Amino acid sequence: MAAISKAVITAAGDLQKNISMQTLVDRNGETKSVLQIILDEVFQAGVADVALVVRPGTQKAYREAAGAAGKQLFFIEQPAPKGYAHAVYCSKDFVKNDPFLHLVDDHLYVSRRGESCAEQLMQAAEAESCSVSAVQTTPEHYLHYYGAIGGRRLPQQKNLYQINDVIEKPTPTEAEQRLIISGLRRGSYLCFFGMHVFSPTVMERLRHRFERSQDNSPRFMTGVLLELSRCEKYLACELAGNRFEIASKYGLFQAQLSLALEGKERSRVLSLLLDQLATHQLQNSQ
Amino acid sequence: MTSESLLVQTIVSDDPALRNRPIDGLCHRLNTSALLAETERLEQFRKSSANLYHAVRALFFLYFIHRFSLPRRRQCPPVGRMPFPAVQMLRERRFEEAIRCFKTHSARQCPSASVASGLATAYRGLAFQKLADQVRSSVRAVRGNQWMFRIGHPYDHPLRVAEPLRKVDPDSGMYPLLRERTPVRMDLCHSAWSDIFFLGMDFPEGARVLNISVDLGVMGRDNRPSPPVEAYFRVIDEPVLRLVSIDLGASASISSLREVFDFAKDSLGLLKAAVIASGVLPPGIEGYGQSLAHFLESLVGQRRGIELASKVNDIPQGSRLAVSTNLLSALIAVCMRATNQIRNIAGPLSENDRRTVAARAILGEWLGGAGGGWQDSGGIWPGIKLIQGAAPKEGDPEYGISRGRLLPQHKILNTTQVSEAAREHLQASLVLVHGGMSQNVGPILEMVTEKYLLRLPEEWRARQESRQIFDAVIRALKQSDILNLAAQTTRHFFGPIQTIVPWSTNHYTETVIAEVQGRFGRDFRGFCMLGGMSGGGMAFFFNPKRQADGKRFLLQTMQSCKNRLKAAFPFAVDPFVYDFSINEEGSRSDFLAGENALMPRKYYDLTIPNLVRKESPSITACERAELRTFAQACRQRPEFAATLSDMFACLMPQEPAGSQHEQNLRNLLRKNGFDPLQHERIRSDLQAGRIGLMQNRIPSTVSVEDAAESDVADGKKLSQNKQLTEAGEQAIRRGEVAVVTLAAGAGSRWTKGAGTVKMLHPFCRFAGKHRNFLEVHLAKTRKTNADLQANTPHVFTTSYLTHQPLLQSLRQSGSDRGIEMFLSEGKSIGLRMIPTTRDLRFHWEERQRLDEQQEKLQESNRAALLQWAQEQGEGKDYTDNLPFQCLHPLGHWYEFANMLRNGILRRLLQARPNLQYLFLHNLDTLGAHLDPALLGFHIKEQASLTFEVIPRWADDQGGGLARVDGRLRLIEGLALFNKADEFKLRYYNSNSNWIHLDSLLSFFGLQRPDLADKQKTAKAIREVARRLPSYITLKEVRKRWRHGQEAVFLVSQFEKIWGDMTALQDIQCQYALISRQRGQQLKDPAQLDGWLREGSADYVNSLCQWP
Repeated sequence: MAAISKAVITAAGDLQKNISMQTLVDRNGETKSVLQIILDEVFQAGVADVALVVRPGTQKAYREAAGAAGKQLFFIEQPAPKGYAHAVYCSKDFVKNDPFLHLVDDHLYVSRRGESCAEQLMQAAEAESCSVSAVQTTPEHYLHYYGAIGGRRLPQQKNLYQINDVIEKPTPTEAEQRLIISGLRRGSYLCFFGMHVFSPTVMERLRHRFERSQDNSPRFMTGVLLELSRCEKYLACELAGNRFEIASKYGLFQAQLSLALEGKERSRVLSLLLDQLATHQLQNSQ
Repeated sequence: MTSESLLVQTIVSDDPALRNRPIDGLCHRLNTSALLAETERLEQFRKSSANLYHAVRALFFLYFIHRFSLPRRRQCPPVGRMPFPAVQMLRERRFEEAIRCFKTHSARQCPSASVASGLATAYRGLAFQKLADQVRSSVRAVRGNQWMFRIGHPYDHPLRVAEPLRKVDPDSGMYPLLRERTPVRMDLCHSAWSDIFFLGMDFPEGARVLNISVDLGVMGRDNRPSPPVEAYFRVIDEPVLRLVSIDLGASASISSLREVFDFAKDSLGLLKAAVIASGVLPPGIEGYGQSLAHFLESLVGQRRGIELASKVNDIPQGSRLAVSTNLLSALIAVCMRATNQIRNIAGPLSENDRRTVAARAILGEWLGGAGGGWQDSGGIWPGIKLIQGAAPKEGDPEYGISRGRLLPQHKILNTTQVSEAAREHLQASLVLVHGGMSQNVGPILEMVTEKYLLRLPEEWRARQESRQIFDAVIRALKQSDILNLAAQTTRHFFGPIQTIVPWSTNHYTETVIAEVQGRFGRDFRGFCMLGGMSGGGMAFFFNPKRQADGKRFLLQTMQSCKNRLKAAFPFAVDPFVYDFSINEEGSRSDFLAGENALMPRKYYDLTIPNLVRKESPSITACERAELRTFAQACRQRPEFAATLSDMFACLMPQEPAGSQHEQNLRNLLRKNGFDPLQHERIRSDLQAGRIGLMQNRIPSTVSVEDAAESDVADGKKLSQNKQLTEAGEQAIRRGEVAVVTLAAGAGSRWTKGAGTVKMLHPFCRFAGKHRNFLEVHLAKTRKTNADLQANTPHVFTTSYLTHQPLLQSLRQSGSDRGIEMFLSEGKSIGLRMIPTTRDLRFHWEERQRLDEQQEKLQESNRAALLQWAQEQGEGKDYTDNLPFQCLHPLGHWYEFANMLRNGILRRLLQARPNLQYLFLHNLDTLGAHLDPALLGFHIKEQASLTFEVIPRWADDQGGGLARVDGRLRLIEGLALFNKADEFKLRYYNSNSNWIHLDSLLSFFGLQRPDLADKQKTAKAIREVARRLPSYITLKEVRKRWRHGQEAVFLVSQFEKIWGDMTALQDIQCQYALISRQRGQQLKDPAQLDGWLREGSADYVNSLCQWP
């Protein structure tokens, strides 16, 4: 697989409205929009060509939210809200026949080590020379938020898995029947992290689907990813980091907390939290 | 050591010829000491074996040895004392401890027959417990079920109600409705019970069924067959779980989690099990103290709830078409669809979904304390399918533990395999009926399991034949040869099925078959038993040209047979005939929105009256919208047209329940000698706590000791005494004896409170015919008369419940031919009362513990009964049932007294002036007969009463022969203060006794001529009665309503007991020890199989001469 030089970020979903324009304080203590933080992640991984798939008429707002990086972004409009898979497919002319990094703008990624999450993923994809999706161990009661994979751990590998099955928002019943991976705690599954490195086959499969039948076009990527797992090597990688779905209830708050606790102002945030707790406790006891 | 064991080798052998050797043949080859050594080896083996089925088979072998083999050995003492701690352990289902205790007690000696009986009960109980544990563990461990046991908090709940169901329709203002419609399943070949979980897991190769999904309609009621099972799911705008059973007319709005897990509280247990097993409220949350509203919020949003409703088109219980399991499956399926656990919210199910639903249905049945077969949820699959046991694979919870998997494999037979023509021919030939009976098949399933695991020779051969018949049925179906198919199912019913379980057939079924055969000749092509036993759902094959005639004839015949036999069999409903068709789609669902989102018509009969009585502000927006849509439907939709008039009837105040009923009850009381003064005294004593179960007991200061061997004459030795035999025979020849059979009782344990006449129940086949208790008792007297050229008369005591049916039966059957027979009509009657909660609690304290899940249900049932007793009023008259079910006889002491009062004894003495002795026994005591030696003994000793006692076995409940404060007497179990005393008593009362008439009359202060003086006789009876205690007892009574629905209640009554005569100082009594075959009582149909196998049926047959 050729070196990865392109990234596609989808921001066109109904629920993603303005979410990445929210501002947070990043781990360096700087106030930034979510989009900026995601772009930092991508640039830090060495990817310079970044496309953002957006709803029509929202380019300006996103460009502004991206700050200085806004100028170098390539905007693609998804003409109609036809789903996530279609949003990715909209980037076909940008991606061409190259492998690409793919992220979603309603997730925030917080690495637990020096390399960003995207860097870790790209290292794995380049080393294995195949598509790799980042995954995170997720308890079963969050399954209804994510796509999840079934498979097996690669021999002698701590964090790489061969993917055999992919289900979008599985029920715990389906998960138990199809997605159990040995070595994981009972009731835990590998769910997507919202970050992937895709080989050109993914765009081929998407093209095949969308051009074969407009009516039956998939809303989610899971069907295509299942096909991918059946036609070529496709791995999952458990990264040293966490993803936060910022559109969910308290998602933004959790993401902010995590960034702060992983960043240079950790002590300050901790003392703020303690102060808040103590005041709350004191008021309650009175 | 174990490798040398013949029996262990049999269990572990890979060679089927060795592994399938029958246990009884193996036992015959061993002398007693070798057999005892084998028991030790088996004991070690079963404890050390990691293989569940090896251990279970060893347990069944041990059970067989102790129950059937050892008691027949000369070295095994017939009488022995049972250690009470062991008996207590048995009751608490602590089987391992009970076994240890019994074994310590017998201290390496050959145990007595009494102790062996205790060990047998413990081994059998342990075997079934292990099997049930394995099913339970497999159900939990099936992938797709496990997660539900991990959820304990609303935040962890992974399910959400599907988005489309959460959106109110803007036009109608109602939430959409999800409807699942499911056919039921018909097991055409009868699987010979091979689908019982235990058996499928033991011998998966042998577990095969031909399972057909069918739609049903009731002939004459429904226009056409349709899927009979319907389940409905919708969101409601109230934070409650609303459950509605349309057929049972029951509904509940549940607001606490505790109530969701309370299965027996109301008639909604099945719906609750579905809510739990579907994961909507998963089993893991039980007992975690969270609120239901929190879970509902997480599932469906704030201030929202869920409604689940069920409907089975009024098909009553006992259809043998697995209606309940398919309803459970439909409910689970609709809940799973509604929570996105099934991808297609509407339409049929995928194969994977069906398997998941089936696994959940097993879980639901386990939660509900029921346990059908693994084929029962077959209705969710389409058409005709083969279901087969399957070997476990690595990763399955059964792998390495049992030979078979919990869940079988389903293979749908397509139209290439079974042609359209064959399907049409089958539908044109077959007539499905409900014979009206609804019986508990639980004991039969246990019998089959036991027999298969023991590899009893005849039954094992029958099972092999059954497998061949199965193959022949499949071949016939594939060749469209329905004629042959019918021949095979008939051969199956009359051959292997009845060999394996004789009780699967009955007189009613065989009468109907014979009448159809007689009428249709060759156009009647065959019979098929559906399900666990016959009498309920059944199938008849006809020449297709005569199918319509066959249906009409069957309806008439079944009804007339039922009318003839209704006193003998517990019919739940009137028989009826189905119209049916094969359902080729299986379970499917429809998403109903807008004005289509209405529940079935009958739902509104149930709910609207409550709704319109509500205060206007408390009616929710959705309820208001539904009322509007419903009103419109009543005007526009034909199926709703009749609703308003029905509902009007529901809204009007009801007339007080049955003034006619009360009149009937009063008439019955008046006609049968009801004593209102005595009744009021008992009520007031009961309510004040002066009498009750606790007060039945003798004071704790009274000493109770076991009788000594010298207190009892050995019946075995007596029978060898020629002089005694000669004396007895002469007395019989001289006409000095009459037999009195006590037949006034309600036989509550036998009929489970159904109120039928036990005496008339044709319970067993003798000399090629089903015979009832009456026929058996008469046949014994006939034989005695024939053998001794005597003319002994036979008296049957009767009651309000039994007199007319007995009289009618005798007139119709003439079974008293050649015997002078008297019916002594009861002249004393009581009115049952609502029990006190104090007595209910006391009663349950001493009951045997059940399996863990059943015990939980039992607890819930008990809570409901306590609530019922409080609501009805403790000690109030029990009148809420059929009049006969509200009355009770006053105990068998009165049955003798009635003979004095109603003039029967006087008539008898007039006809037989020589009469000196009565042989009086219970109708349950089938081995009781005029034994000349025992009569000779009674004559020789000149006792007033000679009671027969038997060695006590573990299952014998009640008192026995004791020294009470030094005096030898019979004492009832319910009178013993200390439960441990009961098991000190080695001799159990058979209640058969010999009476010297004149001395007993004299005890009453009477002489023969005084019997003409009614007042003197009545006074004499009252005076003796006053000296005897009255016991309060609780009896089961069954109440039926709607379409064959039943509930069992406990009611209070009082009785005086004949055996208490032995407690009176001035009457001379003696005791003789007799064999169990002669003295054991058949109280419960579950005893029948052991009774047959141990040779007691043959023994009884040898005493009889059939007319």
